[in-house]
Amino acid sequence: MALLEVRDLRLSFGGLKVLQDISFSVEKGAINSLIGPNGAGKTSLFNCLTGFYKPKGGSIRLGGRPITGLPPHRITALGLARTFQNIRLFKEMSVLENAMSGQHCRSRHGIVSAILHLPSQRREEDRIRAAGMRWLDFVGIAEHAHRLAGGLSYGDQRRLELARALASTPEIILLDEPAAGLNEREKLDLVHLIRRIRDETGVTVLLIEHDMGLVMQVSEKIVVFDYGQKIADGTPEAVRADPKVIEAYLGTED
Amino acid sequence: MSDGASTLSAAPQPPLVRRSFLLWALAALACALALPHFANAYVTEVATTALLYVVLCLGLNIVVGYAGLLDLGYAAFFAVGAYTTGILTSEFGFNFWLTIPVAMAAACLAGIIIGAPTLRLRSDYLAIVTLGFGEIVRIIARNLDITGGASGLVGIERPEILGFKLMQVQHFYYAFLALALLAVFVCLSVERSRMGRAWFYVRYDEDAAAGIGINRVSAKLQAYMMGAVIASVAGCLYAAKMTAISPESFTFNQSLLILLGVVLGGMGRIPGVVLGAILVALLPEVLRGAGTYRPLVTAVALLAIMLFRPNGLWPDKRG
Ligand SMILES: Nc1ncnc2c1ncn2[C@@H]1O[C@H](COP(=O)(O)OP(=O)(O)OP(=O)(O)O)[C@@H](O)[C@H]1O
Ligand SMILES: [Mg+2]
Repeated sequence: MALLEVRDLRLSFGGLKVLQDISFSVEKGAINSLIGPNGAGKTSLFNCLTGFYKPKGGSIRLGGRPITGLPPHRITALGLARTFQNIRLFKEMSVLENAMSGQHCRSRHGIVSAILHLPSQRREEDRIRAAGMRWLDFVGIAEHAHRLAGGLSYGDQRRLELARALASTPEIILLDEPAAGLNEREKLDLVHLIRRIRDETGVTVLLIEHDMGLVMQVSEKIVVFDYGQKIADGTPEAVRADPKVIEAYLGTED
Repeated sequence: MSDGASTLSAAPQPPLVRRSFLLWALAALACALALPHFANAYVTEVATTALLYVVLCLGLNIVVGYAGLLDLGYAAFFAVGAYTTGILTSEFGFNFWLTIPVAMAAACLAGIIIGAPTLRLRSDYLAIVTLGFGEIVRIIARNLDITGGASGLVGIERPEILGFKLMQVQHFYYAFLALALLAVFVCLSVERSRMGRAWFYVRYDEDAAAGIGINRVSAKLQAYMMGAVIASVAGCLYAAKMTAISPESFTFNQSLLILLGVVLGGMGRIPGVVLGAILVALLPEVLRGAGTYRPLVTAVALLAIMLFRPNGLWPDKRG
């Protein structure tokens, strides 16, 4: 059984059909990519998967469990985390506080135990901080823990978004154009990091990316979108050779 | 990567109050404790009012400063507390202290009734609904028999502590000081807890917060209810101090004044909010000499502060 299974997903805004009968699946432990020209509907698909958009039809299953139509926070709690195409950090808060936010759905103490300073609440706080620090370290920005997130370099902000998502201990992580705006060196680091996410933590990765070099390098499977439809689905080699893909997408690149 | 210990987990939790700040806080506390021994009854009375506003502004700050919700009817929860104490002591002979948990429960309930449907909508709706709620509570208080109508309630029982009855201005000054200190402690504790951070996440980026697993409706509702509870407790003590309350203490103007205190000092940060609250209470007294020009001078003073310190007098470092 696939970890993430999307079947006949449909989404439209007014008359605009943004997603038309999209079906695909992601196996546990895989690194897969979603590619397609601008406006193809990739981010919209992510928004459906994470509960931000309510699809018109179709179903989404995570680990066999239907998650279609659940609110975003429930979906995150069930093990699906994401990053945003245009970085959405809590810029006015510290880097560590950003990373700690991922732990919210993995902890439970509320207002009353905080006021009473219950020992179990203090321990949970320690655990949340430690987890935040650990994920900052994992992505390599632990030394900036106490700076404001908005003050980080662009590349480090992207890393922080990753750390924050990973801190929610997901089963699968969706990355929306993680390489956008990075230089070649940073892209290499990112490829390395994406591999480490899967290899060291076992988290499944699905990424949207325009950088073909990066996509071909890291993905085991690629799904190709064009105008809200899936036009191809397969290994990098198969996709690269697919005439429909070449026409719709690769042909216009480079 | 499980939740096992790590060398990096050494990052300690920050203390409730920073060392450098502790000295100032203690000095301020010493002054506050000594004040009734030096000041006359008038000054002590004004200081008591200032402490009342400190509590109210800290409560509203949870809603406005932490969770980023605009509440224009906060005085309604203040009224809920005051009327709960007023009705239960004067009509039903309740002990004052027993009215506090009842008032807290009533404020929670009112908070859920107003907040639960509204907080699902866009934030702007809350401003409108709370504005309406504030007026409704006041109008209900004006028109019911049990609340004493327009003339309000009189003969509210004064509280006793271990056989000692709170009577004089000084007694209530210390009672409000204790309540204000409690409010500061509560806010400090919650501010740096899991739920406190969740409020900031929601305030700074609601979508990102939802995407990272925070139930935004629940977080906002909890902020709204906690603010409500704090205002209601302030209301209980206020009723006991005044022994008489009327609907005119809980007008839209009152809500605005509390909001002004929060915004003036610098939303979100406790020292700023305390400063703003004190200013809001003192300004009318300081400007007494201005006679009929007082509202004008007050407005100009506030405008000047807003112009020159747009983030408040003592802004949140988070910006
Ligand atoms: N909330 C919305 N309301 C209306 N239209 C939308 C909305 N979100 C997306 N769309 C439309 O859906 C289409 C797909 O957009 P989407 O952002 O999913 O594309 P994308 O594949 O992520 O593109 P890009 O590579 O530029 O990020 C676009 O035509 C866009 O205008
Ligand atoms: Mg996109």
